[in-house]
Amino acid sequence: MDCVPQGIRAVPDRALLSVRDLSISVSAPHGERLIVDRVSFDVGAERVALVGESGSGKSLTARALMGLLRRPLKVSAGRLEFEGVDLRALTPARWAAMRGSSMALILQDPRHALNPVLRVGRQMDEVLRIHQKLSAAERRDRTEEMMLAVGLAEPARTARAFPHELSGGLGQRVMLAMMLVNGPRLLIADEPTSSLDESLRDQVLELMVSLVEHRRMGLLLISHDLQQVARYCERVLVMYRGRLVDVRRTQDLAGAEHPYTRILWSCRPGGRTYGTELPVLVRDADERLDMAP
Amino acid sequence: MIAVRIDGLCVQYDHHSHGRPVIKALDLKIDAGETFGVIGPSGCGKSTLLRVLAGIHRDWHGQVRVFDQDLIPNRRFAGALRRDVQMVFQDPYGSLHPLHTVERTLSEPLQVNGVTAVRDRALQALEEVKLPPSMLGRFPHQLSGGQRQRVGIARALLLRPTLLLLDEPTSALDLSVQAEILNLLNRLKVSHNMTYLLVSHDRNVVAHMCDRAAAMDAGKIERIIGRDELSQINPDDTERKVP
Repeated sequence: MDCVPQGIRAVPDRALLSVRDLSISVSAPHGERLIVDRVSFDVGAERVALVGESGSGKSLTARALMGLLRRPLKVSAGRLEFEGVDLRALTPARWAAMRGSSMALILQDPRHALNPVLRVGRQMDEVLRIHQKLSAAERRDRTEEMMLAVGLAEPARTARAFPHELSGGLGQRVMLAMMLVNGPRLLIADEPTSSLDESLRDQVLELMVSLVEHRRMGLLLISHDLQQVARYCERVLVMYRGRLVDVRRTQDLAGAEHPYTRILWSCRPGGRTYGTELPVLVRDADERLDMAP
Repeated sequence: MIAVRIDGLCVQYDHHSHGRPVIKALDLKIDAGETFGVIGPSGCGKSTLLRVLAGIHRDWHGQVRVFDQDLIPNRRFAGALRRDVQMVFQDPYGSLHPLHTVERTLSEPLQVNGVTAVRDRALQALEEVKLPPSMLGRFPHQLSGGQRQRVGIARALLLRPTLLLLDEPTSALDLSVQAEILNLLNRLKVSHNMTYLLVSHDRNVVAHMCDRAAAMDAGKIERIIGRDELSQINPDDTERKVP
């Protein structure tokens, strides 16, 4: 099934990020295997969710946008632009200057994404040192300010901590502070809350969305929980097995015709579904989806 | 009939230091045929409770009765208990032997218990969890997360247990796969006439599955939640928060 042409463009017509026909393949014993198949979308100064189950290619797509894929993975695209800059032709040095300053990526588990042997303060300082010319005192002030903005009440104490001394929620706030301190235009968050307790998830998402909104940034929020991200995003991109199968505005989700979107929307259990079967996908042995509605 | 009866259960790891008890004087009664849930924050002792009932953790005090058999502290399960009580673990990646094929994983419990026609029973178990026979030759790394959890459930069902202990059976899975596994568990419960004890930190899963539930905190059962109250627990109705 081909991707829906409408809805690919960003809602405010100026796109920060513009992706056309992005494919990711891996060289296999018998030729190449396509993992992500011609995905196209724009992200403007808005909140967009990229949703799909594990193996759908959503995380690989995010990494391709950040230029983080290495051999044997191969990325090709008809267009891959960030603020008018062609990302396909970027040298490693220009990539390094771009990552963490104009585009930032937040990963699932802060305890794995942070360097375990460096204090948090030192790691935050490094992000500023690399991308900006500031004195040590200025960097300290900026770090402290940012930590307060993400709700870390005791910046000095948190800065002295090692990553393993932080809870998941605190760790993800530190990651968020670190990624936003240089004022990027686009934040890509790859399952930012799935390693957190249920009660913390909304808190962290809410914080992320309010910061992004306040700074008029773009947000690409990647998740497998459609209902949850739908509450925070304006548009939703749905991926299944490497393809973009549905694109729609959040308010139209309840009326989605695509069978996969419909199931993602309604498969969440709860008190109301007690004693009923939850809607599921019809799959064959290799988990290929029977797309017939 | 009562499936599980626990009176004054105490569990403490590490007796020599001043370790605090993980479970303090816990009482619990679960009827046969019930799906009973346990909700609580991490560290509240809910997994330990399952490990005591499964006979994995044997160092405890109090009285525990499963169907009509008393469990005895510091003694391994013997006889019928070994078949009657089975467990499905949280992490389908960690609970299957990485170097054993599905066939070997499903055959060993049968061989140990002296069942004949092992291959037929293994195939039947696969069919029960809706996996094709071709899966027998696969290793865990050749399966998706959902398929792996299905193998874990098939293994637990091989010996026709009457009490199935479910330790966060879907928390490592995506929502759409979780829905498949929860449906499967509900179908199997009816066809196999089992009692479920389901531990989860996800209130929505417990609300969907359970007839009653216990809210645990700091090693104690705070209160029992009835079905009426469980029905009130729902994922946030998707009133949009964005303007």
